[in-house]
Amino acid sequence: MEFWIIMPRIRRRRRELYNKEICACSIFGAMNRDGDRFTGEGVMKAIANMHVRGNGLGGGFAAYGIYPEHRDCYAFHLMFTGPSLQAKQAAKRELEAFLSRRFDVFFDEEIPTDEAVPVKDPPLVWRYFVLPRIDPVSEESEGDYIVRSIMEVNAKIENAYVFSSGKNMGCFKGVGYPEEIGEYFMLDRTYRAHTWTVHGRFPTNTQAWWGGAHPFSLLDTTIVHNGEISSYGTNRWYLEMYGYACTLQTDTEVIAYAADLLMRRQRLPIEVVAKILAPPIWNAIDRMPERERRLFTTLRMVYGPLLMNGPFAVIIGQTGRMIGLTDRIRLRPLTAATNGEMFYISSEEASIRLISPHLDRVWTPNGGEPVVGELYSMRKDQL
Amino acid sequence: MMAAQIDAADVETKELNDRLRELLLSGAKRVSIRNVCGQRYIGTRLYTPQGLRMDIEVFGTAGNDLAAFLYGHRIAVHGNAQDGVGNTMDAGEVVVRGRAGDVLGFSMRGGEIYVRDGCGYRAALHMKEYQGKRPVLVIGGRSQDFLGEYMAGGVVIVLDLAGERHDAHFIGTGMHGGVIYLRGSVEQSQVGDQVEISPVDEADRAVLAEYVTRFMERFPETEMTKEEILASGFVRLTPRSRRPYGNLYAY
Repeated sequence: MEFWIIMPRIRRRRRELYNKEICACSIFGAMNRDGDRFTGEGVMKAIANMHVRGNGLGGGFAAYGIYPEHRDCYAFHLMFTGPSLQAKQAAKRELEAFLSRRFDVFFDEEIPTDEAVPVKDPPLVWRYFVLPRIDPVSEESEGDYIVRSIMEVNAKIENAYVFSSGKNMGCFKGVGYPEEIGEYFMLDRTYRAHTWTVHGRFPTNTQAWWGGAHPFSLLDTTIVHNGEISSYGTNRWYLEMYGYACTLQTDTEVIAYAADLLMRRQRLPIEVVAKILAPPIWNAIDRMPERERRLFTTLRMVYGPLLMNGPFAVIIGQTGRMIGLTDRIRLRPLTAATNGEMFYISSEEASIRLISPHLDRVWTPNGGEPVVGELYSMRKDQL
Repeated sequence: MMAAQIDAADVETKELNDRLRELLLSGAKRVSIRNVCGQRYIGTRLYTPQGLRMDIEVFGTAGNDLAAFLYGHRIAVHGNAQDGVGNTMDAGEVVVRGRAGDVLGFSMRGGEIYVRDGCGYRAALHMKEYQGKRPVLVIGGRSQDFLGEYMAGGVVIVLDLAGERHDAHFIGTGMHGGVIYLRGSVEQSQVGDQVEISPVDEADRAVLAEYVTRFMERFPETEMTKEEILASGFVRLTPRSRRPYGNLYAY
């Protein structure tokens, strides 16, 4: 593993105006609740409006509904890193050998990029549309099989990382400002999604690398995060007991795995999951009516190690849903808004107003209370 | 009186504030800024030793730290404001014809802020006063949690004009100075341990009358009349102790 730090300071705008780093992550999400799909142009403009919150060390997008032609397959986005093309190709060969043992690959290709965009040291990025080949007598669920396979790739195949693995969705991320990463992957002209989430800035407390940029994802769950999970050690230790390998060298990963464990495997509703990740404080629980008090006490006892301590604002993306959540005392900003069928979540209201000057409603959700946007009607060709 | 216009579309924070400073130094008394969309620190770099004053009108969504360190100017926002309005503001006036975000009036030490609608978390965080300087923050809607956290001075008035009832918690946590007036009522469990809830007396009513009058002058569109507002019930929140942590590290 190479550890030389890449610190690109290439600014998108020609005039260099900022000498000071006014950092804080930026997160943004846009959902068309009617399921109509739109390009990434708007969310790129919106996140660029929060340019000063970033530092050029990380940017990334999650897009839902982008692969209708392959909607039945899991879309694996792979990142092959390494110091040379040979190293990247060696990782790719090893990954493909692994895939061919576990999956049927229906189609694969290099993810197209715009080479004119000056990003620093990009990995080889490839996508595979696959279906799992599960032993018919096995009792393992399809989701568990895929998660186990991804953990194996990320932990065991050197220089190969699955960074996106859901159906009809995909993540695009890397080192740079988010608007640069968007241009690099041509999100403004190549893909149309009904839900986009995006993040600017770098992985918390770690060196910037392509795999460490947000979003973090597993199957169709993606997370973009502003803040710092100071309980990372405890969360990681707990998740490892359930087979989640934390390999991406930064904190946000644990939220994606916690969401997978609680929502996919244990089928808990988001309202309960929010109270596990960001539980009410004990003296608020003490004031609750008996039934609620028992519920919240139980959640804190059973899921204590999944409490996400420290400041956070996150946008959780899932097929058909976009969820905003902050820590219980809202130490990071989050603004939600609606305009007709459009639903927005952003670190700053101005970014929403930039692409949608008129809003029906704009509000700041209370700490620890999820704000959930759902597709009213998902057209069949997009499911 | 010299007036100027700025179109802020695609203008960076620094350029916009440079332009404002140039205008102030060239004698402009009124500036109106159109198409503001998230530019920060509007009005911040406008200190002059001779105390020049300017009226600034902002159209759009003002970015974070609007009026930070404001030195006696007047700023009116036609739209919403984001986080940190009036951060360490020294003197002057900010009027937000919309809502404000988190940490409104953070460390404010003078001047007045009027917000027509509600505001986010931690309004008046560590607001302070000294001798003749007594900051005032009036909110037409409601505040979210941690209103007046570590508050050390000044006056905060939350009018809840829509009558939605105050549902914020941790109000006045760590408060050791100043006063918060809430129209309506609040439970003891919603306020910090060191906060005393008491009815308003005549002196309080005089303070409320003064600033509600000023609020109504700025927002004549308010549905309630001044008399109706002033006839409402109010509670006063004050710290039980000026030094709540005086004994924390003393054995």
